[in-house]
Amino acid sequence: MTDVATTATEHTRRDFLFIATGAAGAVAAASAIWPFVSQMAPDADTIAAGAPVDFDLTPVAEGQIVKLFWRGKLIFVRHRTKTEIKSAVETDVASLRDPEPDSVRVKAGKAQWLIVYGNCTHLGCVPLGNDGAFNGWLCPCHGSIFDTSGRIRQGPAPTNLPVPPYEFVSDQKIRIG
Amino acid sequence: MSGHSTYVPKSAIGRWFESRLPIMGLIHSSFVVFPNPRNLNYYWTFGGILAFMLVSQILTGVVLAMHYVANVDLAFNSVEHIMRDVNYGWMLRYLHANGASMFFVAVYVHIARGLYYGSYKEPREVLWILGVIIFLLMMATAFMGYVLPWGQMSFWGATVITNLFSALPVVGETIVTYLWGGFSVGNPTLNRFFSLHYLLPFMIAGVVVLHVWALHVPGSNNPAGIDKKTDKDTLPFHPYFTVKDAFAVVCFLIFFCWFAFYIPNYLGHADNYIEANAAVTPAHIVPEWYFLPFYAILRAVPDKLLGVLAMFGSIAILVFLPWLDSSKVRSGSYRPAFQVFFWVFVANAIVLGWLGGKPPEGLYVHASRLCTLYYFAYFIVVLPLLGKFERTRPLPASIAEAVLGTSGSASAMAGSVAASPNTKG
Ligand code: HEM
Ligand code: FES
Repeated sequence: MTDVATTATEHTRRDFLFIATGAAGAVAAASAIWPFVSQMAPDADTIAAGAPVDFDLTPVAEGQIVKLFWRGKLIFVRHRTKTEIKSAVETDVASLRDPEPDSVRVKAGKAQWLIVYGNCTHLGCVPLGNDGAFNGWLCPCHGSIFDTSGRIRQGPAPTNLPVPPYEFVSDQKIRIG
Repeated sequence: MSGHSTYVPKSAIGRWFESRLPIMGLIHSSFVVFPNPRNLNYYWTFGGILAFMLVSQILTGVVLAMHYVANVDLAFNSVEHIMRDVNYGWMLRYLHANGASMFFVAVYVHIARGLYYGSYKEPREVLWILGVIIFLLMMATAFMGYVLPWGQMSFWGATVITNLFSALPVVGETIVTYLWGGFSVGNPTLNRFFSLHYLLPFMIAGVVVLHVWALHVPGSNNPAGIDKKTDKDTLPFHPYFTVKDAFAVVCFLIFFCWFAFYIPNYLGHADNYIEANAAVTPAHIVPEWYFLPFYAILRAVPDKLLGVLAMFGSIAILVFLPWLDSSKVRSGSYRPAFQVFFWVFVANAIVLGWLGGKPPEGLYVHASRLCTLYYFAYFIVVLPLLGKFERTRPLPASIAEAVLGTSGSASAMAGSVAASPNTKG
């Protein structure tokens, strides 16, 4: 056994086995890590809780903001007043940090209903409604200010409050999800 | 260096055991006969204080974990149950909560000591970097611990800090979802934080072993910042430094107990006695005091990603410090110009901490920016250049000379050196 190891061909075969074993080991280790990473992701239970929810808009008075949860995330339902809609529509879109006209943030013909996620796009605090320079929202954490369309106007937040997926199932009822 | 196991156990059982596992010899050479510079001042006792605090946190923590429930519906009430129903539960929790603060008091003094006396310089770079790793692990541990009582500050602190990762381009949102195990901070988050809060202190203990190991290669730095050369420069660890460290721990305990027993909620936030509510953020959310300087740096930068990078960078930069400081003179005591910048740095860090607790508006923001600038300039501009331009004071020839004066004071020295051998047993 020991003396054959001195020939050149034997060396190459050994090198090959060495590298092949190392490579197989590396692949095995990498695939063993995967379950440990994957278990961190939202589990089946949490995802199942993301089934669509229906919400009746009738009790929400004009000027009122209602909070609800979908998939554990906070959502604002805001029944906007005429002046709030007006100031949101009349804003110069080009001047915005995250330019979006009000019309793409509400459903056609339903401009009084603004439905947005309720966590600040900076670091996730809940902004206070009817507050701040634009009477939209003011975030108490680091002072981000959103307008009546939920668009970022001042402060550190980089983007507008996102609009969750939803649709009107009847005139006064929405389905989120 | 002395210290390689010349140790022979007195009893036959001891010798039998030692020849199979030479652990007593290791302890003997590391903590009994280990030669320490004789001029160490009280700033050098904070290492021992930190070791004491780690043990204290683990003891109180393990006991708290016997009564605590990591579930969003039960966690808040289980902490109230610890406070009201469990025998001495109030005491154990106050010791643990205030112990975390004391741990940080000690680590900040310990780090400042290293910064002033140049303990990060060659040959102690690895020792220093291990220290930075311990500091990071401590911050992660304390952050996750603060989430466990599931009060309003717990919840919103967790939300804001985990959201820091959302600043990363492309992968940010995925990382945050994976940290949460959901689409917001919730039960999976609380559970994994509890698991990690239990684990990390033991990882800290492991890194502490490496830290002490790396320390014992060159031995401690000292206020003169010069190497120990002869036996005259050193004293054995026991009893000189064991007793000094023990005395310092007792003094520190008085300070600790004063907080834990007289003003146990002084360092906390009243809002954390309100159960977590995902629909309402408290009007003033601020992290625990020990995170405030870094929080101020985060908020000083108007851009989300850059703010996060500046905050992490303010800690990461410590890793490179050994190579940023160009001065060959270790101790700040012999660097008059350095002293000015150093004390401004300390004051600056304290002001940053104060600013971190203020609302991010108007003058506070401008002040935070100035202070952030100085924080980084100290490492990137001042220390690399200062060593090239400053005039340092002459260094003493030896540690013994630094203590006893140039005249050598031979008789005094002979006296103490003669005294040390008898003290061993
Ligand atoms: C590096 C050491 C440690 C630090 C810095 C630390 C820090 C903290 C902090 C800041 C809190 C929140 C206290 C409060 O406001 O109520 C906490 C809570 C807690 N810690 Fe630790 N901890 C450490 C080690 C441990 C260990 C080893 C355990 C063992 C399992 C543990 C178990 C707990 C438990 C069960 C709680 C929740 C009860 C409570 O809130 O008082 N900790 N920790
Ligand atoms: S979380 Fe809203 S401004 Fe930072």
